[in-house]
Amino acid sequence: MLHLGVAEPMRECEYSQISTRSSTPMETPYKKRTPKRRKWQSFPGRNKFYCNGRIMMARQTGVFYLTLVLILVTSGLFFAFDCPFLSMQLTPAIPVIGGVLFVFVLGTLFRTSFSDPGVLPRATPDEAADLERQIDVANGSSSGYRPPPRTREVVINGQTVKLKYCFTCQIFRPPRASHCSLCDNCVERFDHHCPWVGNCVGKRNYRFFYMFILSLSFLTIFIFAFVITHIILRSHRYGFLNTLKDSPASVLEVVVCFFSVWSIVGLSGFHTYLISSNQTTNEDIKGSWSSKRGKGNYNPYSYGNIFTNCCAALCGPLPPSLIDRRGFVQSDTLQPIPPTNGITMYGSTQSQSHMCDQDQCIQSTKFVLQAAATPLLQSEPVILTDEAFLPGRTSLGGPCSGALPLGGQPTPPTSTPNLSCDNDMLPLRNEHSDGLRHHHTDGGHHHFLTPEEAPSPPGMLPCGSPLGHSHTIQGFYNPASQDSLHEDSVRGLVKLSSV
Amino acid sequence: MATEFHNLQELRHSASLANKVFLQRDYSEGTTCRFQTKFPSELESRIERTLFEDTVKTLNNYYAEAEKMGGQSYLEGCLACATAYLIFLCMETRYEKVLKKIGRYIQEQNEKIYAPRGLLITDPIERGMRVIEISIYEDRGSSGSCSGSSSTSGSSAR
Repeated sequence: MLHLGVAEPMRECEYSQISTRSSTPMETPYKKRTPKRRKWQSFPGRNKFYCNGRIMMARQTGVFYLTLVLILVTSGLFFAFDCPFLSMQLTPAIPVIGGVLFVFVLGTLFRTSFSDPGVLPRATPDEAADLERQIDVANGSSSGYRPPPRTREVVINGQTVKLKYCFTCQIFRPPRASHCSLCDNCVERFDHHCPWVGNCVGKRNYRFFYMFILSLSFLTIFIFAFVITHIILRSHRYGFLNTLKDSPASVLEVVVCFFSVWSIVGLSGFHTYLISSNQTTNEDIKGSWSSKRGKGNYNPYSYGNIFTNCCAALCGPLPPSLIDRRGFVQSDTLQPIPPTNGITMYGSTQSQSHMCDQDQCIQSTKFVLQAAATPLLQSEPVILTDEAFLPGRTSLGGPCSGALPLGGQPTPPTSTPNLSCDNDMLPLRNEHSDGLRHHHTDGGHHHFLTPEEAPSPPGMLPCGSPLGHSHTIQGFYNPASQDSLHEDSVRGLVKLSSV
Repeated sequence: MATEFHNLQELRHSASLANKVFLQRDYSEGTTCRFQTKFPSELESRIERTLFEDTVKTLNNYYAEAEKMGGQSYLEGCLACATAYLIFLCMETRYEKVLKKIGRYIQEQNEKIYAPRGLLITDPIERGMRVIEISIYEDRGSSGSCSGSSSTSGSSAR
């Protein structure tokens, strides 16, 4: 047996690369491969990548730039206009401390915004097929148009937790994970999607996010306090109006800081509470572990005391990124793509390919139903609550969570909490279903759109009416056009599938 | 045929992929990484139960070690925080070190135990830590279905 002389790193010895095609020569040696693509270039979620995959952000980054500009401008004005006076009159420690805080704020902001929040990579076609098989066996029937909701129950620390199946990612979501509809990814320990940092906040970047808002609170209070001090000291000497004339920037800083301090300090306080009770924003908003749900309801993830909870959240081990964005796509390795056209990526055995084709058809069907029916702004809850099932709904899976009015939340609305929608029955429309039939792909796939043609699938459960959308939209971006598209597609497809 | 590959892949010239078994995560202890140790029925004829369980238990122990919250991880966390997390640019975290150990362990297990039995374990990190994927290979020409499979695989487009 010939031995490969070069010791290659583990990752390049891709066992799954093993080609089962005997007729063609084995895959070309690594060196002669056609232009290498990195995995981030074919990442299925809705993320933006910069610096050749080193930086990962959500699609909508406008608000992030606003955050950055606000911080830079306010701090810059502080250092330029207030610090000279203060360092002379009081102490030069003021700009130094301010500088340290400023650097810390920016560092944590960039860490939060640019790192992978804990995205779960999508299932490979094999895994998905295997899960489908298990589910079908469990259900005892072939997957028709109305498969029951896919959940698994697991007992964690005495509490029963339901794991839901994610149709987009084709996995059973781990506990505390949730699917972010904005980024179209399942994120581990999903907290919320924060437009201000332009990224989801999840397991891997929650500590950075917390340090960011904490240090930003200190910085805001610091600047606010010292700008007021500056104005007061100067007014004593030169009079109030002269002060305003000499240092107009101070007024701007006071205004910005005054309005920011309430929301940021409030948010820090809220997250401190969450950390000490080891909950995510997602769980808190849904009241997953609140005692109001039932007498025996408690948080199974909490360590019991505040100190351990804090240490675990902030100083615990940092798991590595699971999506390997800078790795190279192995041309003959199975890529975890959403079921597109039913063709498996590599040769498989007869039994498997037969199963895969059938499964792929079924999956494409389901996927399209899901895709069209899901509103853009929905994030998936992990824990099934007691929402009603929609009678007569043809699509798959359970309900979405009840509508969450944003107004009554303790969190100041500086970040997007878990948005969901009302359970409404969707009216049907004939003409649209005909329009959809136009998009038939080549034969063998019934009458469904491929996922690429379907409206962008944020994936989970079908739900939502325009009404639900309008009252949950935060207004950070305008999904209105996508909503109507979704609505139309849903109507059409519900009609289609009921045939 | 090109033969400059790992010797395990060499082995695969004479074998074809028959099936894959997926060991799912065991969430009964929370969100920490653990895999189910239930022995899959497809492997019954291929490998001894004890060997299999040993492998999975060792892997679970490695992951528990990586995610353990003790003095060292707290120290690492506090130090990182104090340096505004810049230290991660030059230092490898404990988790990453353990993952490398796991990679070496899996490779060793594959070479010694699994490949001779026509099995191959895929490192869970390559599957997003969701599953341990065990590929089952069969010798070509040992059964009719497999020769059928190679022609099927040969014709499937990419």
